[in-house]
Amino acid sequence: MKLTLKIWRQKNATAKGSIQTYPIDGIDGDMSFLEMLDVLNTQLINKGEEPVVFDHDCREGICGTCSLQINGEPHGPDRLITTCQLHMRKFNDGDTIVIEPFRAKAFPVIKDLMVDRSSFDRIQQAGGYISVNTSGNTIDANAIPIEKDDADASFNAAACIGCGACVAACKNASAMLFTAAKVSQFALLPQGRVEASRRVLNMVEQMDKEGFGNCTNTGACEVECPKGISLENIARMNREYLSAGLKG
Amino acid sequence: MSKLNSKVPKGPLSEKWTKHKNDINLVNPANKRNIDVIVVGTGLAGGSAAATLAELGYNVKTFCYQDSPRRAHSIAAQGGINAAKNYQGDGDSTYRLFYDTIKGGDYRSREANVYRLAEVSANIIDQCVAQGVPFAREYGGLLDNRSFGGVLVSRTFYAKGQTGQQLLLGAYSAMNRQINRGKIKPYNRHEMLDLVIVDGKARGIIARDMVTGELERHSAHAVVIASGGYGNVFYLSTNAMGSNVTASWKIHKRGAYFANPCYTQIHPTCIPVSGDHQSKLTLMSESLRNDGRIWVPKKKEDAIAIQQGKLKPVDLAEEDRDYYLERRYPSFGNLVPRDVASRAAKERCDAGFGVNKTGEAVFLDFASAIMRYGREVAAIEHIENPSEEKIRELGEKVIESKYGNLFQMYEKIVDENPYKTPMMIYPAVHYTMGGVWVDYNLETTIPGCFCAGEANFSDHGANRLGASALMQGLADGYFVLPYTISDYLADDIRTGPIPVDTPEFDEAENSIRMQVDKLINNKGSRSVDYFHKRLGKIMWNNVGMSRNEQGLKEAITSIRELREEFWRDVLVPGEANEVNPELEKAMRVADFLELGELFAVDALHRNESCGGHFREEYQTEEGEAMRDDENFMYAAAWEYTGDPGKAILHKENLEYENIEVKTRSYK
Amino acid sequence: MGFISTSIARKVAMALSGLFLVFFLGQHFVINISSVIDPDTFNSWSHFMGTNGLVQFLLQPVLIFGVIFHFIMGFILEYQNRKARAINYKSFKGNNNSSWASRNMLISGVVILAFLGLHFYDFWVPEIVHKYIESHPEDPSRYFPELVHKFESPVRVGLYALAFILLIFHLWHGFSSSFQSVGFNNKYSRALKGFTRLYAVLIPLGFVFIALYHHFNQLPH
Repeated sequence: MKLTLKIWRQKNATAKGSIQTYPIDGIDGDMSFLEMLDVLNTQLINKGEEPVVFDHDCREGICGTCSLQINGEPHGPDRLITTCQLHMRKFNDGDTIVIEPFRAKAFPVIKDLMVDRSSFDRIQQAGGYISVNTSGNTIDANAIPIEKDDADASFNAAACIGCGACVAACKNASAMLFTAAKVSQFALLPQGRVEASRRVLNMVEQMDKEGFGNCTNTGACEVECPKGISLENIARMNREYLSAGLKG
Repeated sequence: MSKLNSKVPKGPLSEKWTKHKNDINLVNPANKRNIDVIVVGTGLAGGSAAATLAELGYNVKTFCYQDSPRRAHSIAAQGGINAAKNYQGDGDSTYRLFYDTIKGGDYRSREANVYRLAEVSANIIDQCVAQGVPFAREYGGLLDNRSFGGVLVSRTFYAKGQTGQQLLLGAYSAMNRQINRGKIKPYNRHEMLDLVIVDGKARGIIARDMVTGELERHSAHAVVIASGGYGNVFYLSTNAMGSNVTASWKIHKRGAYFANPCYTQIHPTCIPVSGDHQSKLTLMSESLRNDGRIWVPKKKEDAIAIQQGKLKPVDLAEEDRDYYLERRYPSFGNLVPRDVASRAAKERCDAGFGVNKTGEAVFLDFASAIMRYGREVAAIEHIENPSEEKIRELGEKVIESKYGNLFQMYEKIVDENPYKTPMMIYPAVHYTMGGVWVDYNLETTIPGCFCAGEANFSDHGANRLGASALMQGLADGYFVLPYTISDYLADDIRTGPIPVDTPEFDEAENSIRMQVDKLINNKGSRSVDYFHKRLGKIMWNNVGMSRNEQGLKEAITSIRELREEFWRDVLVPGEANEVNPELEKAMRVADFLELGELFAVDALHRNESCGGHFREEYQTEEGEAMRDDENFMYAAAWEYTGDPGKAILHKENLEYENIEVKTRSYK
Repeated sequence: MGFISTSIARKVAMALSGLFLVFFLGQHFVINISSVIDPDTFNSWSHFMGTNGLVQFLLQPVLIFGVIFHFIMGFILEYQNRKARAINYKSFKGNNNSSWASRNMLISGVVILAFLGLHFYDFWVPEIVHKYIESHPEDPSRYFPELVHKFESPVRVGLYALAFILLIFHLWHGFSSSFQSVGFNNKYSRALKGFTRLYAVLIPLGFVFIALYHHFNQLPH
């Protein structure tokens, strides 16, 4: 397969970046998208040029590190996968592929395609936890039965890998789906209810402080989320937030 | 004289840990505020240790190379976590978990550590549920369990195929609570490159800020290494691309003994290699072996026809299939331990019965499970005389609810529908049982330097059972290390802050700076990956699933030559003072090139087969591993001497007082 | 105050003001459609609305406030949202993951706003002048002829139709979206969404129908 890659190159956080064009040949359909970039980088290194910097780690779709905007969509044209799980068989010989970093004011570019997503960490630090000590001397795990549907819904929210595709896909660069998933995971469990009000108020406050946009319910986040996190979580967070805020 | 003192407390096995906790020195809460601890690595072991240490009152600094602690590779663990809760009432107990782990490890682990692990396992589940980890539940609202390889009970707790991610998010949320309180200062995108020793004690580290390239000095009263395993020495493994041995190797070079490096787990159910471009291998959870049956064709001509694509596996008659695990190990069948399953697959493929283009794959078939579940559901739903089609449809739904995400992942990678045609799997490097030698307190041979999780040589002996890695990481981090470390820190309450402007820090920083400069200025002709791939080939071919004396000797020579070539000819583009992934890789591969040699040396010296270490010279007529308890019932702890090939061997003899040492049998 | 300035509170305020306007639109439609069915009913309802104190001095200001609030808040949020992505993508395929209507509420909103200007100029300003400035005596039969007369010009009818087409887009997303914003998302949501979409299409089309009906059925001058 022969392709034309148009890749955002940016020397560092303060430099001005631009799109550069790289032709590439001999790409196999069984390669993953990142393996295709490995091939490009090996060619660049051998030519004495600097390889393209991009974030990646587990390469099995769970660590949430990889973060490429491919042909106008986060994680590319396939659904329910991360960039590392995207395979080249989704493209055709002769295609042009535009590769950009996830863009948001709250995700500043570090270099080339690598962005800083520490804003997500700060949102979670603001309240994304249950305040129990790690002594192990809590009550027995089976002391509180939890309805299976609630446990499953909590799991489905907790499946979020924090990749930021929701922000990247949203025309407003909103982090509502991410924050809502974290809020929902705990809000659905009895042990998380205890500090649910404080949690949602603090996390939303931090989310706003980071400079993410507002949610206008376009639903793009849900479509592009590699883990299929549902918009229901955003509704739940809105509910939680309203009741917490009105409670004062 | 050997420095190896395991410090295992005296007394009956079941009372050792309680007694030890009562005996060790504690640090009073007011003094903990004056003590700093560095934790390198933020996976299950590091993350949980950091959270607990901070909660106890210590000032903690965490370091990870990822952009967030939550992305450590513990996140990729799929199947589950063991705990002796006996919720299923199937006869499980602390002793049985202890026994299964020792036996699974082929009698090469330390009894007291394993018993402690089994003992605290139940607390892990309580702890995680309290933290909001959404484990799978039954309709009655109580926790569900599944079964894993090498055991006869159901003691594995799980969260679909994402148990590692959920447990790590739990540990990370505990960290977040402490970060919010200011008790943990996280240094993300930072790589630890050296340990600083002052007056014989670990007193700090040198870390590189991976964004600015700056070398930073960080001091502390104790350093905890929890940086995971070294499976990436094989280049292709199920580890993350960034997983590395650097932290462990650097402390080894500073005086920590490295134990049993040759014990490596090759996981039987991974997606086979598809071509030269392959950058990593993907694991399919062991839980699949609960329902999948493993087979190859009985006749070689059928195997060849399948390899060439002339015959479809679903068209091969039942009597022409060889369910070799069920044939060889009737009592455990498809759920034999990983080392046994992997070797059996290799044996069939080496004999010419492999089923993909390269002949390096076997089938994992869900057809009979689908039909079995389908008939069950049809009976429950009172469907009279269901058609084959209907049964299959119902069965596929059951399989989807159990393994849906794994099946989806397989289909994305391989482009075949595993509901309709059997999966193809092949063994791949997955976990390293070997690691930094530690005593009962998880302290290395360097005072003040501790090691937890996969990075230490720990509790799994020569082979780890499924769903035990998560258990060990969290046990070390939540319940063991935070207490045992106080025994050491009790002497440091009056030390005060450790200064970083000392000759020891100068020396460590300069040595790293020289290494960085050397790599950047080398301007050779080959990329880092070129050397890493070659190292991986040597390791896989000669130090992989089965090893022999000649191959190991060749490997040692080849690795030495490759190491010299690397330093002569490696090409690292870019600068030191910027984001430079090639430089990061080069630093890691440099350490792998040293570790690889010690790995082979260890494998060569161990003239026996045990667990993940299989020496062709030492096997029974049936091809089973043959241990030599007389001569090798010890942990091999290697002391660095300046040349990885000339490390000095120290032996910690393993004594089994509470368990009868037997030949491991799963027949 | 801290609470109301957060993203979620603003979005809820946007939703509630939107729902209020949707409700008003429905009420407006009911009165207008009566003009097609029975001019006398239209006259009497219009007379009631135009002279009732509660409507004139409480509901009318609330409505005007609702409209102004909805569009000012809309602009503020849009401004913030644009700021949240300082550098735009070279390639952005919004159509692959969301509807045009949902991404372009500002465009449909601005067109509707422009129409509202025209509408105020056409109906509301003359009405206020008629009632409160020139102080004409009450005439309960004047409303119907005035209405029909306004739809004489084909240009005006065309503009009117265009605005309502964009209102379809605005409501298509906005009506159901407001329930999500206030946290309503459960097993009834599918049915509710169906209703909101039906409403979003039928009500504006109804207004267009009324305009066309009167355009083609002009009264003798």
